Amino acid sequence: MSKQSAGTEIERLIALLARLPGLGHRSARKAALALIKRRTDLLEPLAAALADAAAKIVACANCGNIDTASPCTICQDPRRDRSLIVVVEEIGDLWALERAGVVSGLYHVLGGHLSPLDGVGPEQLSIGKLIERAVPPVKEVLLALNATVEGQSTAHYLTEQLQGHGVAVTRLAQGVPIGGELDYLDEGTLAAAIKSRRAM
Amino acid sequence: MEWSDEGVVLSVRPHGESAAVLELFTRRHGRHLGLVHGGRSRKLRPVLQIGNHLDAGWKARLADNLGHFTVELRKGFAALLMEDAAALTAMTSMAALTRLLPERDPHPNLFEITQFVLGFLDDRAVWPALVVRWELALLEELGFGLDLALCAATGQSKDLVYVSPKSGRAVSAEAGEPYKDRLLALPLFLRGSASGTVSAEDVLAGFALTGHFLTTRVLAPRDMTMPDARGRLLSYLRRP
Repeated sequence: MSKQSAGTEIERLIALLARLPGLGHRSARKAALALIKRRTDLLEPLAAALADAAAKIVACANCGNIDTASPCTICQDPRRDRSLIVVVEEIGDLWALERAGVVSGLYHVLGGHLSPLDGVGPEQLSIGKLIERAVPPVKEVLLALNATVEGQSTAHYLTEQLQGHGVAVTRLAQGVPIGGELDYLDEGTLAAAIKSRRAM
Repeated sequence: MEWSDEGVVLSVRPHGESAAVLELFTRRHGRHLGLVHGGRSRKLRPVLQIGNHLDAGWKARLADNLGHFTVELRKGFAALLMEDAAALTAMTSMAALTRLLPERDPHPNLFEITQFVLGFLDDRAVWPALVVRWELALLEELGFGLDLALCAATGQSKDLVYVSPKSGRAVSAEAGEPYKDRLLALPLFLRGSASGTVSAEDVLAGFALTGHFLTTRVLAPRDMTMPDARGRLLSYLRRP
């Protein structure tokens, strides 16, 4: 058994940091040391911020986003286009679209995709709530799901479920990424790009 | 231990932050798992999609180890079928059912048929009947093949229109008449000399036939249920 080189509290801090994505035990040790060295200007404010976040962060009852209020900031924003709902798989996808600043509408976070192998069926996703929301003033539901077999299977399933609700169901385009060189693209992306070609 | 083979992607599970555990249905090594370093990278994600046909190399210190795969795309079926809900679901259903095969047990005939069917999934006029035939081939590989060539009661090869739900053997119209309510229909395209186009009703009868034997002989004894994808596939096929 290896010898303990620091107090229990420090070892615990390192062990918890090591559970974060991108951090192994060695990186966690470095991060812990950096925090301890900057106790007043980093460690204590970070501890307070973490405690605050743990106490206040909730899932938006409307769209499934996470925020410190429910409904979330996006759902409460009066400048948002309420005729458009953009459906995403995870909160990370919502953040990606928000970073790009290209969505003027509201969001709906499904919480994953259909994956029978992992035991994820329609009941495990926030599909019922989406159907509830697909009523006027909503005119369009944009399925911004991943271009994977599971993502697109989910998109087809949602399209079926939304039929007869009087909303237009759209999906993201697929094709050549900005800066992409044809020579380096996989044949699936090329096939999708050719299928989705449009007039100049 | 090291080998090279070709295979179809059955499933991909994230492992750690960047790797993935890949499950392939290979030609000479059957259903086989292995770790793919960087399997969740931007470069490999499009390759590791269910249904894609890959060239794969597998390496491990011992034969029993999980081992590592190196992969290269041969044919990207997934991307070609993304927009066709029914075909995509058929492919997902086939992948889920292939997982019923024992691990590391080669089934070259079924692999060949799988390749053939995947190649036709963009042709709606033919693939539903091909998928029924694929399920029959799967039953055969699992040791529960149906005998649709001769009547179980009379031994004759003509006028076969039923299948016994117990024996899995064909039954002629005359011999099956008294029990017809309890027998499964043998669709026209599965009868020996049948040719021409296949009706939607026949396709559904075919799926009912394979579904019965998959459920009673394969899934129920393992305390499993039919994959959701197959149910969704049938709902697509029932639409006019």
